[in-house]
Amino acid sequence: MSTAAVTDKRGGSLSGARLPKWSPWAIAAGSVAVAVGIGLGAGLGSEVQWGLIAAILFVLGTYGVAARVEGRRQAKDRVATSLVWVAFLLAVVPLVSLVWTTVSRGVKVLDVHFLTHSMGIVADTETGGGIYHAIIGSLEQVGLATLIGAPIGVLTAVYLVEYGRGRLAQAVTFFVDVMTGIPSIVAGLFILSLMLILELDPFGFAGSLALAILMMPVVVRSTEEMLKLVPNELREASLALGVPKWRTILKVVLPTAIGGITTGVMLAIARIAGETAPVLLLVFGNPFINTDPFEGAQASLPLYIYQQYAAGGDAAYDRAWAASLTLIAFVMILNLVARGIARWKTPR
Amino acid sequence: MDISTTTDVPPSASPPSLTERKRAARGATRPGDRIFLGLSRGSGILLLVIMAAIAVFLTYRASLAISRDHGNFLTTFEWNTNLTPPSFGIAVLAFGTIVSSVIAMVIAVPVAVAIALFLTHYAPRRLSGPIAYVIDLLAAVPSIVYGLWGALILVPHLRGLYGWLDTYFGWTGILSWEEGAPRTMLAVGILLAIMILPIITNVSREVFRQVPRMHEEAALALGATRWEVVRMSVLPFGRSGVISASMLGLGRALGETMAVATVLSPDYDIHASLLNPGGGTFAQNIASKFGEASEQGRDALIASGLVLFVITLLVNGAARAIIARRKEYSGANA
Amino acid sequence: MAKRIDVSGLTAYYGSHKAIEDISMTVEPRSVTAFIGPSGCGKSTFLRTLNRMHEVTPGGRVEGKVLLDAEDLYGAGVDPVSVRREVGMVFQRPNPFPTMSIFDNVAAGLRLNGNYKKSELNDIVEKSLKGANLWNEVKDRLNKPGSGLSGGQQQRLCIARAIAVEPKVLLMDEPCSALDPISTLAIEDLIGELKDRFTIVIVTHNMQQAARVSDRTAFFNLAAVGQPGRLVEIDDTERIFSNPSVQATEDYISGRFG
Repeated sequence: MSTAAVTDKRGGSLSGARLPKWSPWAIAAGSVAVAVGIGLGAGLGSEVQWGLIAAILFVLGTYGVAARVEGRRQAKDRVATSLVWVAFLLAVVPLVSLVWTTVSRGVKVLDVHFLTHSMGIVADTETGGGIYHAIIGSLEQVGLATLIGAPIGVLTAVYLVEYGRGRLAQAVTFFVDVMTGIPSIVAGLFILSLMLILELDPFGFAGSLALAILMMPVVVRSTEEMLKLVPNELREASLALGVPKWRTILKVVLPTAIGGITTGVMLAIARIAGETAPVLLLVFGNPFINTDPFEGAQASLPLYIYQQYAAGGDAAYDRAWAASLTLIAFVMILNLVARGIARWKTPR
Repeated sequence: MDISTTTDVPPSASPPSLTERKRAARGATRPGDRIFLGLSRGSGILLLVIMAAIAVFLTYRASLAISRDHGNFLTTFEWNTNLTPPSFGIAVLAFGTIVSSVIAMVIAVPVAVAIALFLTHYAPRRLSGPIAYVIDLLAAVPSIVYGLWGALILVPHLRGLYGWLDTYFGWTGILSWEEGAPRTMLAVGILLAIMILPIITNVSREVFRQVPRMHEEAALALGATRWEVVRMSVLPFGRSGVISASMLGLGRALGETMAVATVLSPDYDIHASLLNPGGGTFAQNIASKFGEASEQGRDALIASGLVLFVITLLVNGAARAIIARRKEYSGANA
Repeated sequence: MAKRIDVSGLTAYYGSHKAIEDISMTVEPRSVTAFIGPSGCGKSTFLRTLNRMHEVTPGGRVEGKVLLDAEDLYGAGVDPVSVRREVGMVFQRPNPFPTMSIFDNVAAGLRLNGNYKKSELNDIVEKSLKGANLWNEVKDRLNKPGSGLSGGQQQRLCIARAIAVEPKVLLMDEPCSALDPISTLAIEDLIGELKDRFTIVIVTHNMQQAARVSDRTAFFNLAAVGQPGRLVEIDDTERIFSNPSVQATEDYISGRFG
């Protein structure tokens, strides 16, 4: 064949030289050792640099060895693989550090006393005190926000899936998307502008309103997804029995999707429970216990963390970490339960 | 689908009379239907009203502030809102917001794409499921916790890195360091990158998972290595998805408040070096200045918030547009 | 250029499920061998073991030997990537790279394998498209995306892409099942031309097609659902369709089952 000379630019054999399976580990161990050597030798203070040097050595070493033994294409493939692993490990470090620090520092002062006392008679620089007032505030604000945000969100989703045709539905869909992207502080500023006009002082419910605004689009989106999963045959079967549409939705469609809807609402709650910015603007914070969300400044967990951090000093930092651990635990439990429900109750 | 097991209304529970059936045929004329439709449509309309109200009220208060502003709202390098007359401008905030977000994107997007590839194409299957789950959970960690961690743990660890950057790249001016606390734009950018990593990773992973098997097999059958499969099939298919994921991450980075407020040591000047303290972002400025702000100061903060609102709308709008285009595209090739 | 395939004692698994068991056969160079049999009998799985694509499926693994001329595809130190360069494959559904132009699709495999000059690439792409009987239809729009072609054209584009790297063997997994009769005819004609240069193995559901295009036919069957598929017999196509030596083959061919 005349073009064979042009075409055959590869080795004839199927089995080229290949690196043994353990070679990535060997290269990795070697680069870490060299990096530690360089780090100690040059007196580099930060482990961050050691890690970066090891990572760079690993990638370069992989390329060098593979290019020499296996050829350029295999070397590229191996470099890509090692880069992907390095990226993963680099990302894991801060995330693990975040979780680890929160847990290890948080448990220091986290006890029953901490959970059942407020900061009312404790100065920020002293030890002692707790987050009781912040938990009360968070629960009330988030609870009220859910009471407002969840029904509106679910009903909007029902409208979009079950009734939504035409311009209005399109506009709602579009603006739900837009709303998803509103920074939380902007939602806070919106309520703040109303409060400035009405000349109101900070109170818990104002925070709830901002949180509800942040919650609605999340609930709409997740509920919409769930309602779309409910098969049409089900609706038609019910309608064909003469059941009116609203009863079909209430008794057939929503019960079928209830697992997913609950999951969506819980994830939305988890999201707003950690919001600080709007609460800072609208609820203001209060070291005393205020159980009335409609009157006077309140505390909230995320806000408490921020204010303890801002106060500074070891005692305050300890409290900030403990409050963070409480908040993360709350959010994670909500997440885990929500995902559990989703798995257990998906419409099949 | 077996109806009788999945509905809560067994046929025998409500034997419909003939008149009921006739009314059902007319649909929305029933009071129940009308009320229910009204409620759900009303909720949708309420959402629109809220969005309109946000725009209207922010603009109203902002216009009050800007009309009183003695400086130039766009170019003044200060934020003195409690003076009479007040003088403030968003130049520094706009600069800081963009710079910190750009740093965050430069770090986060490649790493997130790499992790997404790791989870879909490289990690052992037993490992990738749990890791994806954990990353999902990490996306839910409240931003104030990231802020606390960033200020107390990350910042002290950055000293070594800063010194190193100063030694080798100080000559660029952008990376020169005067040995101050590393509570600077670069620290903010790094922390924002860590924060938006989970969300970008999750969305990218979803996109990569949807790459049709047959496209990957096409590359494999030509004798492509794993990396070549990724380059020929996975990345081209996932490109628009990755872009929109990045835009979502960018939207978050732009609007992030607490993590910036805790880490940054702000002022009202634009600094050439990312390693020296100073600057600010829209959201951070609102949180930091709110406590001391008078009513006219709050209006000024609202004005800066309006600018942030518009910027995030544009970014998110662009992301949605890309997603919408992608849907058409993938539909045509399905 | 074309090579002989010698399979002995080949068994393939999906996880713990045994998909095909103990298959041995020889495929002659420069011939067309057709695999027929009822759905689920493992003929596609077997085809995919011939270029080590089976192990790409999660849980897929293989025991036994596949010799390409004298070299075992599953031998120690053999790189599956180089195996797939020697043994090309065309899939059931046409799968051109959607983001690449027609030209880039055909050149994709070449670009992986080395540095070609632009003029060399042009020559090979033209030759491959001509070889796939597609040149005249696409020569004016080589820079348009491959996904804009009709199904039959896309499939011929995939064949052009596969033959551009000059493999020794070409595997085809029901290449016509997603195509209309006219496109099918075009592909069948093409197979007849390609067998002068390649060893071709084709899986097909269509027995007339097997009779039309192949020199040898292998009949696969499975004892029951859940049981592994087995090779019942392989023989000259003429004999299989006129006078098979096994009763099951005759039953299948005459339409008594499957």
